Amino acid sequence: MLLAKIKEALNSLYEDIQETTEAPEAPESEKAAAEAAPEEETAPAPEAQAEEGSPPPAEEAETEKAEEPVPPPGPQETDYKAKGYHLDVDLPPEKVVAAAEILNRENFFIEAITGVDWIDDQQLEVVYDFNHFDELCRVVVRSRLDRSNPEIPTISHIYQGANWHERETHDFFGITFTGHPNLEPLLLPEDADFHPLLKDFKA
Amino acid sequence: MNGLLQQDVNQETFVLNLGPQHPATHGVLRVKLVMDGEYIVEAEPVLGYIHRMHEKMGENRTWAQFLPNCGRMDYLSALSYNHGYVAAVERAAGIEVPERAEYLRVITVELNRISSHLLWFGAFVLDLGGFTPLLYAFDDREQILDLLESVTGSRLTYCYFRFGGVYNDIDDAFITGTRAFIKRLRKRLPMYDALVTKNIILIKRLKDIGPISKDMARRYGATGPVARGSGINFDVRKHEPYSVYSEFDFDIPVYEEGDSMARYMVRMDEMEQSMRIIEQALDKLPEGEIQPKKAIKLVKPEKGDYYHAVEAARGSFGVRIVSDGSNSAYRLKLRSPTYSNLSLFGEASRGMLLPDALALMGSLDLVIPEIDR
Repeated sequence: MLLAKIKEALNSLYEDIQETTEAPEAPESEKAAAEAAPEEETAPAPEAQAEEGSPPPAEEAETEKAEEPVPPPGPQETDYKAKGYHLDVDLPPEKVVAAAEILNRENFFIEAITGVDWIDDQQLEVVYDFNHFDELCRVVVRSRLDRSNPEIPTISHIYQGANWHERETHDFFGITFTGHPNLEPLLLPEDADFHPLLKDFKA
Repeated sequence: MNGLLQQDVNQETFVLNLGPQHPATHGVLRVKLVMDGEYIVEAEPVLGYIHRMHEKMGENRTWAQFLPNCGRMDYLSALSYNHGYVAAVERAAGIEVPERAEYLRVITVELNRISSHLLWFGAFVLDLGGFTPLLYAFDDREQILDLLESVTGSRLTYCYFRFGGVYNDIDDAFITGTRAFIKRLRKRLPMYDALVTKNIILIKRLKDIGPISKDMARRYGATGPVARGSGINFDVRKHEPYSVYSEFDFDIPVYEEGDSMARYMVRMDEMEQSMRIIEQALDKLPEGEIQPKKAIKLVKPEKGDYYHAVEAARGSFGVRIVSDGSNSAYRLKLRSPTYSNLSLFGEASRGMLLPDALALMGSLDLVIPEIDR
């Protein structure tokens, strides 16, 4: 019950993501069409609107997408027995606060925040673990950041417990949580200028 | 003029360092306190004095080589940490555990939980100024250490679990010894109840002191006896049954008050519940192997990330594994319960008298190496 509810609530965060991922391609093709045949300019536009608006063309679009190996963006249900969590939510960094607000409304509590250094992709990943006291539902929110400038908004104003977890993640990975009230070293020495969990860290 | 002077005096605050060497912090924890006389204006725990970067060690040694590290985080309930780690790796690598081994895990973990609660009980009352109960509690705890030593080989930093099973089988002496211990503790607990729990001094020190609301516990991610003392019915053993816990009949003590007394009562009641689990496990203990028939030589979990949580003596201990398919972890995150439980201290202690804040701190049951990792 809770899983379906939270999945639907989190899915709302993806509405404009789907638009933005499609957006760069659509205008170019439209422009190209417009340049090639200016008289037909009006023709593709209503079709594009119909695809977004009415259900039957949207189904067509989904079947086209299903052929691709990559699943459509949105919260992914996972095999709990194998993975140990129910919902995997991959979001861009600016959406994480909105996700935390949704989870907070549904009375989830925060278990941990941590990072992973994907040095081969030149990315850092921030992973948030949420869980619920009343019903078993583990939600993992994750977000990939650019490794050269890792910045993500804080959620410590929503979940006060995130304060220390974010400080720890800043200690270990050098990820900046913008808006954090006190991003000082917590577990490392107060003058520490190194981030030991980065894969290129040398002691 | 006189009034103005008085106001200035009232606004005068000073900074007090509690720790890092202070008996009430039970290890090297420092709390920076801004005090207005005897009252706390602001409290900020300063961590990291015993930080050893266990998570990095997890990355640069093989899965099996990390096993001894588990017992060195929460040294008072080391077996729970053993359990959380092996269970996470078993989930990641798809390793089956024989039923007898799961029973042995439950029996030893619950014994360890009782020993941890007994030490907390003694040390907590010591914090409040009562010396005698510590000696009684250590007397009982000693019996458990002897029992666990006979089967695990160590007295404190156990490393008893292996991927797919346990290292050593129990014998008849362990079973009779454990039954005798339960019989003994059942006689002692009523004595603790009469001597300590019903003691008016203890009640005055704990009742309505350090209230933690349900919502505060949730916002900070508090688990274990701290959450259950705030009326949250949350125990990983029931909520997300792992190992063979679903086969036993036991209750989760929950107290609604949210004060230090509630947290005290949760732990006292939990000892009886752990004894019930041990008794049932000994009664139902199946025959069979304690390790997989085909010995596990190389652990190589498939690529991906995995999570497994267990109920340690202080709350939910979670292990997040990110594997790249090699024989060591790409990333090993250890979610320790007291870290989250202590993070609410700043908010909970605001405006409290210093001695009351120490009662609150004791009721959180801190183990510093587990916070700092």
